[in-house]
Amino acid sequence: MSGVWHALADPWTQSIMRHAFAEVVLLGVTGGALGCWIVFYNLSYSAESLAHSLLPGLVVAALLGLPLLIGGAAGVLLAAIAVAVAGRAPEIGRDTAVAVVVTALFGLGVLLALSPTAPPGLQGLLFGDVLGASDTDLVLAAALAVVVLIMLRLLHARLLVVGFDRLNARALGVSALGVDVGLLTLLAVALLVAVQGLGNLLVVAVLIAPAAAARVVARRMGSLMALSSTIAIAAGVGGLYLSYYAKTAAGASIAGILVATYVVLVGLHAATTGARSAPDGRAYSRPSSASRRSSKRRSASSWTRVSARR
Amino acid sequence: MTLPPEPGEGAVAPARELGQALVSAEGLAAGYGGRPVLTGVSFSLQAGERAAVLGPNGGGKTTLFRCILGEIEALAGTLEAPERCGVVPQTERSRLDFPVSALDVALMGTVAALPWWRRPGRGERARARDALATVGLAEVADTSFGELSGGQRQRVLVARALVQDARLVLLDEPFTGLDSTSAERLEALLATLAREGRAILVATHDVEQARRWELVLCLNRRQVAFGVPAEILTLPTLERTYGGAIVELPEGGGRGVLPPHHHHPKR
Repeated sequence: MSGVWHALADPWTQSIMRHAFAEVVLLGVTGGALGCWIVFYNLSYSAESLAHSLLPGLVVAALLGLPLLIGGAAGVLLAAIAVAVAGRAPEIGRDTAVAVVVTALFGLGVLLALSPTAPPGLQGLLFGDVLGASDTDLVLAAALAVVVLIMLRLLHARLLVVGFDRLNARALGVSALGVDVGLLTLLAVALLVAVQGLGNLLVVAVLIAPAAAARVVARRMGSLMALSSTIAIAAGVGGLYLSYYAKTAAGASIAGILVATYVVLVGLHAATTGARSAPDGRAYSRPSSASRRSSKRRSASSWTRVSARR
Repeated sequence: MTLPPEPGEGAVAPARELGQALVSAEGLAAGYGGRPVLTGVSFSLQAGERAAVLGPNGGGKTTLFRCILGEIEALAGTLEAPERCGVVPQTERSRLDFPVSALDVALMGTVAALPWWRRPGRGERARARDALATVGLAEVADTSFGELSGGQRQRVLVARALVQDARLVLLDEPFTGLDSTSAERLEALLATLAREGRAILVATHDVEQARRWELVLCLNRRQVAFGVPAEILTLPTLERTYGGAIVELPEGGGRGVLPPHHHHPKR
């Protein structure tokens, strides 16, 4: 028994691990809660794009010795403008424009970060360095957690209105544009802070995977956010244990446990509910415009019934 | 199966007393990108009146609603409508996967009256529960919206409009997909709302139902007719509304419309 206790307590005797613990708890709370809205607003792809497009800004800031926050912010701004411009080109389409811009920016960032002349440590921007969390990082992560949680609580009712019934938000007295801008701003700020601890490639895992896993089980937004944050923290701490004992990379261990949690929950849910899981299948995509069209067509069958009921 | 009464035959339409209109349009044209898809709309609706909005798909029902809701600007003419209306969208287009209860949805009607940083509190919750009780859904207040039946979902959305305390309520084909019991409940509910002094616009395909309400507005890319059902719901008007021939459906299926573009009807 004391052996188990020792194994559990041993990692935390090191100050590096205690810092990492605080970092994954703070980012887990933030990412878990915010991620629920990202998932239900179908912004997962945007989140990933945003994270990747941060990279060249971060790398340039690191090369010039500027604060990473400034570099990342400039990177997001550049990406937003590039996407807006590319999206205006005819015959491209929004998704393609985003993909082109993000891939180009990400490639540029990788090129800069992995060039032989680049100072060591820049790979950390790609893969993250949870174990290198400094006091400044922790203060930033704590501030982020406070801001995001307060804003999510204030905006909760309006986020629900727009997420549930975007078309009629205006009639309900809510500006869908205002809510979108608020949510995307929170997302951008969260990415800026979290990317330094978790890395460019793994930060999205903490935003998307806990919420995706939690929605399999939770039936209300409140419990969903609580469960999602819990999953994110548990996976973070679990990943640190795994990394400590199996000598694996910390960020990758955390992401691996997150994805494994998702797979296990989906599997358990499918096994326990059987046939009932079918309606949930459509939960992962907004009804496509094609299916909306077909439902319109159904009601417009060639025989439009005028006096059907009696 | 009764044929639509010819003008002058059957029930005499009660004269409409002129009062304060809750919504009124005069020569209204509406459309998208400056191109009108609906023109010449002139009608008005007072407190306590239910109006059926009839017309084929693409005839302009949804465009009229979007114009009344202020989502699109009038291209011509005038429209006077309350700043905020209650709106009951087609339930088959609502998100069934969203993690909200019936009470959560009803509570969405309270947000407009709150400053942006406020969440609905105890008072708002009580009003939302009252509204759910009014629509007969008090016992499923804590059930997930997506797990309710189509008729129950429709009534939850009516409760949301009630919580808004909207004087004008717009319903977009609320009877589509409802079984007859649910349809009767919803119709009784609409009668109650009208008695409370609300004005109600209902996009529908059911002419027999329209006959039971105070007013009918027929749209087919323009206004075909507006008035009391006894005067409006004639065979010629319906044919002009649906742009095709009204035919008897086989096996007592009632009357149907054969759209002009439909060349090879299955028999």
